[in-house]
Amino acid sequence: MSFISVFDVLGPNMIGPSSSHTAGADAIARIAGKMMNGKLKEVKFILYGSFAKTYRGHGTDKALLGGVMGFGTDDIRIRDSFKIAEERGIKYSFVQGEDDTDMHPNTVDIIMTDSKGTKMSVRGESLGGGKARISRINDVEVDFTGEYASVIVVQRDKPGVVAHITKCLSDRNINVAFMRLFRESKGETAYTIVESDDRLPEDIAVKLRENQNILEVVVIEP
Amino acid sequence: MDFKNCEELLNLCDKMQWKISDVMRQREADLTEQPFDVINERMKKAWEIMKDSAKKPLKEPVKSMGGLIGGEAKKLSAHHEKGMSVCGGVISRGITYAMAVLELNASMGLIVAAPTAGSSGVVPGVLLSLQEEYKISDERILDGLMTAGAVGYIATRNATVAGAVGGCQAEIGVAAAMAAAAAVELMSGTPRQAMDAASVVLMNMLGLVCDPVGGLVEYPCQNRNAAGVANAFVAAEISLSGVSQLIPFDEMLAVMYSVGRRIPYELRETALGGCATAPSACAFCGGCK
Repeated sequence: MSFISVFDVLGPNMIGPSSSHTAGADAIARIAGKMMNGKLKEVKFILYGSFAKTYRGHGTDKALLGGVMGFGTDDIRIRDSFKIAEERGIKYSFVQGEDDTDMHPNTVDIIMTDSKGTKMSVRGESLGGGKARISRINDVEVDFTGEYASVIVVQRDKPGVVAHITKCLSDRNINVAFMRLFRESKGETAYTIVESDDRLPEDIAVKLRENQNILEVVVIEP
Repeated sequence: MDFKNCEELLNLCDKMQWKISDVMRQREADLTEQPFDVINERMKKAWEIMKDSAKKPLKEPVKSMGGLIGGEAKKLSAHHEKGMSVCGGVISRGITYAMAVLELNASMGLIVAAPTAGSSGVVPGVLLSLQEEYKISDERILDGLMTAGAVGYIATRNATVAGAVGGCQAEIGVAAAMAAAAAVELMSGTPRQAMDAASVVLMNMLGLVCDPVGGLVEYPCQNRNAAGVANAFVAAEISLSGVSQLIPFDEMLAVMYSVGRRIPYELRETALGGCATAPSACAFCGGCK
């Protein structure tokens, strides 16, 4: 069982009205926003289940848009996120997805496009009490929370890549809390997600990219 | 230092001759490897947000996002000022503050989830009212919050605080249990009396369903936060008088969880039953869209 802090019970400090539909939505979108390396130009949110039915009354839309712009759960700017997005020249839209009973009731797909036209999609689930889980990146099923300092490595599914990743981490004395590998299919694009107890050094992304089979590295601090 | 349930917590209090807040603070420091002053600062920030959220709507009433509530706290405050309160000062102020927090929450204001956003009015309502009545320092209120946190942690670990899982009894019920234990400690009750008060709250709110109109955190949530405040004070009073309880908190929590899981799906935050499907509620929503 993961540690439950007194501030998990008396918290999060948040813009209302719902820890799952507002704070949790913000948490998902904030992780997604951090995964974009380029400048965000356009974002589309596809809402499922309870998110799709009650998003307006819960300010889920404002929280999601605020989240991708980096606003935390207690950032009052969430209330004005439509206006702020327009000022920043970010196009946004919200659509209802097809209901799927296998899906977690509070699920959202976030499809982001940067200024160069590169697209990235992230699926997240709001688990209650402001907690979030990322369950898919660009059609690959993944599983992480963003509560730890995390490195997401996009790589070719080739031998030696994982060894390179662990060596980079151990050389910098980083203790791995969780490490998982996800892939589309054999030999195609794969994702390694490492969650660490420690803060990650600034050069970690540069070092990881030295391996030619590593395509992209994203570092997310909690 | 760590504990899994109420029994272990009370054993630690007994062994160390500490209050519940002392044990909870030590646990937080040990398990997060952070010094007391960092933890206290963070709690102080939470308390400042709680106080602001309980007072702001008294002066500046706000309409909720869903349009079901807004302005209740100011009305309650004005009624209290007239000296015609049927609840008496402490409860009257407590329910005013609790409803204020929910009013602000529903208008996208800044609040502290305690343990959830939908139940966020109870703990500040009880603690702020007690603070004003008995001139309790902010420093001691932080102890109260630690004690409330201990109850919430035990409930999260061993049962649930989600309305979708256990009904309103798990959200506002647990919030009121947290507040009751804090109130007992602040009024110099023993750790066992504090946890007995928490047990009484769960007993008295047992079976309460979660049936928000339109699926929104507004109505009946706001009224029930006020009811949670009253329940917390009732339980604290019983406990502080020296009345002890047959059923200890750990058992009462297991009872609450077991009842919660048997609450039908329609009555667990789905807006498919209860208040949510009363004709007036359906008329407000204009039919399910």
